[in-house]
This record gives sequence, C-alpha cells and structure tokens, in this order.
Amino acid sequence: MEQFRSVTGLAIPLMEANVDTDVIIPIQRLVGSGRDGLGQYAFERRRYLPDGSDNLDFIPNREPYKGSSIMLAAENFGCGSSREGAVWALMGMGIRCVIAPSFGDIFFANCFQNGLLPVKLPIEAIRRIAQETEESPGNARTTVDLQRKVVITPRGETIPFGVDDRKRHAMLEGLDDISLTLQQGDAIAAWKEKDRASRGWAWESVA
Amino acid sequence: MPSTMFDRIWDSHVIADMGEGWSLLYLDRILVHDLSGGRAMKELAAQGRRVAEPNKVFATPDHAISSEPGRTENTYPKGAKLLASLRERCAAEGVRIFDIGTKGNGIVHVIGPELAIVLPGVTLACGDSHTCTNGGVGAMAFGIGSSELVHALATQTLPQLRPGTFRIRFEGTRPAGVTAKDMILAAIGRFGTAAGTGMAMEYAGSAVRALSLEERLTLCNLSIEMGARVGMVAPDDTTFEYLAGRQFAPTGAAWDAALKDWRVLPSDADARFTRDEVIDMASLVPQITWGTSPEMVTDVTGHVPRLEDAPDASKRSSLEAALRYMGLTPGQKLAGTKVDWVFIGSCTNSRLSDLRAAADVLKGRRKAEHVTAWVVPGSEQVKADAEAEGLHLRFEEAGFEWREPGCALCVAANGETVPDGARCVSTSNRNFVGRQGTGARTHLASPAMAAAAALAGAIVDVRSY
Ligand code: SF4
Repeated sequence: MEQFRSVTGLAIPLMEANVDTDVIIPIQRLVGSGRDGLGQYAFERRRYLPDGSDNLDFIPNREPYKGSSIMLAAENFGCGSSREGAVWALMGMGIRCVIAPSFGDIFFANCFQNGLLPVKLPIEAIRRIAQETEESPGNARTTVDLQRKVVITPRGETIPFGVDDRKRHAMLEGLDDISLTLQQGDAIAAWKEKDRASRGWAWESVA
Repeated sequence: MPSTMFDRIWDSHVIADMGEGWSLLYLDRILVHDLSGGRAMKELAAQGRRVAEPNKVFATPDHAISSEPGRTENTYPKGAKLLASLRERCAAEGVRIFDIGTKGNGIVHVIGPELAIVLPGVTLACGDSHTCTNGGVGAMAFGIGSSELVHALATQTLPQLRPGTFRIRFEGTRPAGVTAKDMILAAIGRFGTAAGTGMAMEYAGSAVRALSLEERLTLCNLSIEMGARVGMVAPDDTTFEYLAGRQFAPTGAAWDAALKDWRVLPSDADARFTRDEVIDMASLVPQITWGTSPEMVTDVTGHVPRLEDAPDASKRSSLEAALRYMGLTPGQKLAGTKVDWVFIGSCTNSRLSDLRAAADVLKGRRKAEHVTAWVVPGSEQVKADAEAEGLHLRFEEAGFEWREPGCALCVAANGETVPDGARCVSTSNRNFVGRQGTGARTHLASPAMAAAAALAGAIVDVRSY
C-alpha cells in the first residue's frame, strides 16, 4: 500500500451526494484491464463528450482543477458496488484524498487498503473549503495532514478530523494488513480448535 | 443482558479484540466470482501466499459470462479470460468451482443459500456488495473489496469495525400485489440510501415471519442500497425446512447439533438496537423507482416529484439531473410511461418463486410488440426447476427470451446492455446512471410488476393486470 502522510493542493469542489462507484468507474473497464491505467476511465461517462474530448461541464476537467489531488463531495460518496477499481481509478487520476460528510462503507474500507485517504468532515466545513477555493482557485491550497489529523483550509482555518488509530498508523507507514494478521497465527489456531469442538457442524458440512 | 442476533454472531466469531471497535473476525465461508476472484487469487500467489482453508471457499463464474441461449464461455471473450484465470487458480489452490453449464453454477448470491454453503449463524464474506443477500438465512454476510478478499483468502479472517444495529419491523398483513421487493424499496424510499451506513440491518415483524425463505433473500439483497453491508432475518422453521437436505447442509447428528445452535440465535424480545423503525404493511402498494438512486422510488400510483418539492438547491440540481437522464418530466404520472425493455433476473429476483410470480401475471397473454423481454434464471438449479414445471414455455409463449443463468443485464459486464436511451423495467437492484448500459434508463420493480409492464408496453399497476 502507498504511504500517506499529508497532501496539499487545490480541492476540486465536486459537491454532489450519492456519487456511486458505478459512476466512478464503469464495470466494463474492470472486465478488460488490470488496476493500472484505470485513471483515464475515472468518471468516464461524465468526463468525456461523445467525441472523446473533455466535458468542461464536469468540474474536475476544468482548469485549474484538472489533475488536483483533493476532492470535495457531499453525503454518501462511493456508495453502491464493492469494486475496488473505484479507488484505483481515483488514484489513477491523481486523487489522494476525498473529503465528504459520509462514505459508502465498502468504499471507505477499500480506500485504506490502497493509500487514498477518506476524510469525514461536516458538510458546512466542506462547503467552506469549497467556497474559499472557488473565490480564488488560482492559489487556494488545502492541506490534509494525517499525522496531525487536521485539514487546513485555503484561508488557514485548521479543522481537526477523526480517524482510527489503527488505520492511521497503517496509512502513515504503508503497512499491509495481512502480515499483521499473520502475526496472530497462534490466536487464530487456538480459536479454530475451540470452534471445531463446539460448532462441528460448521466444519464438517464442507470438509 | 439481552442481545441481538447480530451481537451473538459477531461475538462468537471474534478471535482478537483490536481496540477502537475493531475485531479480528473468523470467516466460516468465502465466496468468489469471476469478476474479482481470479484476480484476487493471482495477487495472493504473487505475494507468495496460499488460500488458508480451501474447503471453506467456493467459486462460481456469473458476472462476465453471456446469458445468450446456447452460450459458451467464449460468447463474451473478455469474460473467458477472467474465467480461465479463476479456473486455473481454483485448481491450483484446491478450491471448489461450480463452472458454467454445470450443476451448482449460478449468481454467487443465489447459489450460496441454494447449496446451503451459507447457514444460520455463520460469517460469510464475498467480493461483492450484494453478499448481504445471504443474511436471509440468518447469517452475517457482507461484501468486501478485492484487497480485503486477498486478506480473507490468506487468513480466513478479517479485521472489521463493529457496526451499529438497525431493525425494521414490518407489521401486519401483506396487501395484494405487494412483494418483498416492494417492502424493501419502500423502506429505502422512506429512510434513504445512507440510513444503513455503518449499520447491520435486521428485518423483523409479523410480515417478515410470513415471508418464504426466497423472499427473505430479496429483502436482504437491497440492504446495501440503504448503505448497510449486512442485512439479516432471524432463522426459524421456514429457514430450516429450506436448508434441510441441500448439498452442504449438515446431516445426521451434525444437523441436530446445528438446529440447537440456530434456535437460540434470534434477537431477544427486549434487545436494544441503535435504531428501530416500524413499517405498517397496510400503508404499502407496489413500488417503482423513477430516478438514478434506489431511494428515488414511489408508489406505482404516484408521480415523479416536482422541482419545487426539493428541500434545497443541491437536492434540486440532483433531482433535475436524474429526471433529465431518465427522460421524465417533473410532476408527471409514472403509470403509462412507455417501456422498451423488461429484465427479469439478478440476485434480487431470479429464484423459482420470482419466475413463478412473473409467469402468473402473463396468463396466456403476449408482451407488447415493441418490448424486448428477458428472463434470466439465477442458477442452473433454478433453470432446471423452472423448466421442469414448464415456466420457460409460458414465458416463450408470451414472447419473452428464456436465457442462461448469470448476472446478465443487471450489470452490463458481459456484453449485454440495454441500448442508449431505452427504458427498462428491471427486477435488479441498481438504477444508477449507466448501470445497465450507457444511457440506459432503469426502473426497479418486482417480477410481477415487470411482467405486467412487458404486457402493457408501459409502466402499469400490476394490481389492475
Ligand atoms: S446479479 Fe447484479 S447485483 Fe447481483 S451479483 Fe450479479 S451483478 Fe451484482
């Protein structure tokens, strides 16, 4: 997993609710290709016009937002399908952090598996960042600092955010969950032995 | 202390408390499919790891295979590649695979209960958000991403954050024309697509007790459309009768021991839930969605919202965008809107009882000339059972196409799509922009409502059909 410490950049004010993972990456793109190269297909149906050129009605396409690393959204970002390709596609288009009031549960978990930081802030705070950004997009920089657990708005307001210590640590260090779990090998083996004795039916029927 | 069914299942699967609400959980079962399964197993091998307990992992290709009559794996060549890698990895790891055209194959969430791979009180994970379907038998089943799937395969465990609990009680008797699909769509309409985020749902109440096992699966299937990864119905005699004798159900003394464990699973009468709601069945009529999120749903007798109904500017602009995409006028009546396609299938509504319900509406009539209508059974078993009672002939006489099992038109990952701009009444679970194909306009409804729409060539109230 990619390490994440902090990121500074222009925040893209997408500000829509219920952005689902089908919209973030169409399923057809996950049938053919691997995780690399998905960036060009992120938001494909909204990002391009029928002739293949950029749809300038779609904010992430507009200068100076194009290529920015932080995205602002409204409630329930990443709802719907479990496809991890949604995270890969966002990272492929350069996004390292999404700030929203709430996220789809599976998408939220997938972010932490890959080093894309999902930050939950109240919608009013996100609207402030959007407003400060839109006032002077040329030089409005937002910082998301995972070490200090704060977002710094373009006008310099510091807003703290909550994040699990375990997830934060893994992101800061770029650690992979599997090796941590495998260190629990003895506990897993002991649990299994006990369970097999008390709940034999769950084991025998698939043996 | 009184506890919920969710508490019991969660607590009995905790290997280690990791703090801050996180636990390392044991997984009794893992299901994999063609879209993410082969890739996750390859990644596992690339890490130099093996599947920890291959006998608890089950694979089935469903997403990326064609449903065309007489299909082979090569009918959709991109899917053939995914299938080849799934087969190769399953063979190398000793994982059971229910291959296309063979007994046991089908949509991953259809075969879990059908083969009794999922049982009451077990934990089950699968790299697909509709894994919550399996909760209809009283299991804690949840969808995960592909990195989590690699973790699950490597260790048969997963670190998980304990969710809250949300119970919806459906009380009263079911009015005519109202199915499990209408119950859950109405709940999503009432509470919204994010009400279940961070929650495990339990569906209870007299109307849920009265549902067949298959209907309970439909109810749980749309939990993720309310934001919840887990949806459950307490197991009872209906559950036990359904499971008895199925391929991976316990037998003999093990069955008796299992029954003893299963009977004490249901939530205590005085158990507390984070959120508790009641829906009066008498208030329900058949439902149909009009927009691009499952919460954009209404009674079939209803109207599309007017722009001035939106509470604020951002809701108004998403309402406008949805209506523009759907080709509908604000405030218009839904009934009578012309329909081009009808799809009966998907892990929501492709089981035998769904196909029977749709066939019963047809009553020897033919679909409207301009409508393309597909029926895609959820599994080889459903297909065989339906053909044994002649359902396929009733569909064919009505002008429907009777197809091979798979996800088909639910997802457009298999070369099958609803054409750009066409309007489709679909028994699936997502009406997102582009879900059934670029520009496709999806209206979610029950199998009976879909069959009626095919006959009328328009959205219509099944109760008058
Ligand atoms: S039928 Fe649709 S929702 Fe169900 S598993 Fe297949 S693609 Fe997913």
